[in-house]
Amino acid sequence: MTHTHPHTHGHGDHGHDHDHDHNEPHPPQRDHDAGPMGVYEVMEEAVRLLLLEKGVLTDAEIATQIDLMDSRSPALGAKVVARAWADAAFKQRLLADCRTALAELQIDIGQIAEFKVVENTPQTHNVIVCTLCSCYPKLLLGIPPAWYKSLGYRSRTVVDPRGVLAEFGVKIPKSQEVRVHDSTADLRYIVLPMRPKGTERMSEPQLAALVSRDAMIGTALPSVPRKT
Amino acid sequence: MRKTKTRGGAQGRAVHDVGGLDFGAIDRTEHDLALWEKRVDAMMILLYSKKGLWTVDAMRRTIEDYGEQTYDKTEYYEKWMRAMRNLLVEQEVLGKSEIEAKMAEVAERHRKAGRKVPSHKVAWA
Repeated sequence: MTHTHPHTHGHGDHGHDHDHDHNEPHPPQRDHDAGPMGVYEVMEEAVRLLLLEKGVLTDAEIATQIDLMDSRSPALGAKVVARAWADAAFKQRLLADCRTALAELQIDIGQIAEFKVVENTPQTHNVIVCTLCSCYPKLLLGIPPAWYKSLGYRSRTVVDPRGVLAEFGVKIPKSQEVRVHDSTADLRYIVLPMRPKGTERMSEPQLAALVSRDAMIGTALPSVPRKT
Repeated sequence: MRKTKTRGGAQGRAVHDVGGLDFGAIDRTEHDLALWEKRVDAMMILLYSKKGLWTVDAMRRTIEDYGEQTYDKTEYYEKWMRAMRNLLVEQEVLGKSEIEAKMAEVAERHRKAGRKVPSHKVAWA
C-alpha cells in the first residue's frame, strides 16, 4: 500500500509522531491513512473540524489529552502493588482507602470514580470485569485491552470465572474461592496479586517488574523470579 | 425520555446488560489504538470533564440507547463517536445538518485522494 498524506489529517495537529509503542509486542496499528476509511472515522474528522472551527476545542488541547493517555500504563499500577508488597502498613491503608493511600504516592484519582483494591490471598483469587460497559482503572493501568471490552469477557466472567481464567492459562485450585468484581462507572477495582515466594530480598522496582497488567485484572498471576 | 432498547431473548434486559449471557470465546488479540480512536477518546473526555457539556452518565445513556444489532456490531470507539455526535446535537453545540454536510465534505476529499470511503450514514436514533 502506498503511503501518502493527501489531506489535512496528518500529524501536525498533535505535534508528535510517537503513537506506536515501540516496546510492546503488539502488531503495529493500521496506518490511519492507508486503508479504506470507516464511516465513524469520517465522523470523527468532521466533528473534530467543526469543534475546532467553532473554538469549542483546540488542537493543542486534543494533543495534550492524547499525550496524557499515552503516558498512562500498567507501570503505575505495578509501582503501587510493589509498594503494598514492600510496606505492610501502606497495604492496609491502600485496602482501606485507596484514594487517600494513592495520594501518598502523588497519584490523584480525580473526581470521576472511586477505586477499590481487592487483595488476592491463598483463600481468594479476585478478577475484575465490567459487564455493563468497560469501566477500568485507566489511571493505573492505561487503556484497557480489547478483550476486556469484548462481549465474550463481559458476559461470561460473572458466571464462569474459572472457565474464563483457564482460557487465559490461569488455573485456580478448588481450594481457592474466585471472586468476580463487576465495575461500574462510579467504582473501579484493581487486583492486588499475591507476592511470589522467593522475592524477599527484591527492591520495589524489581518487584514492580513482576507485575503485569493482567495480574492486576486478575487474568494472570505475577511472574515468579528465576532462581539464580 | 429514556428509550433504552431491550435485548431480544434476554428477559427484557437493556442491550448493554450482558453479564451472565454467553457471547462465546474471547478473542484475546491485542492492538494499539488507531489515531482516530485516540482522538475520539481525547475529545470525549475534554468535552465532558473540561468543558462540562455533559456527564459520564449522559454518555452511557446515549451508548445504551443503541439497538441490539447495532450495539453488538459496532466497536468500542464507534459507540463513543456516535454518542459524542448525538450529545453535541442534544446540547445544541452542533446541528445535525452541519455534521452531515461536513461528513460529506470530508468523505469527498478522501475519495478524491484515492481512499475507499463508505457512503452509508449512521442513523441518529
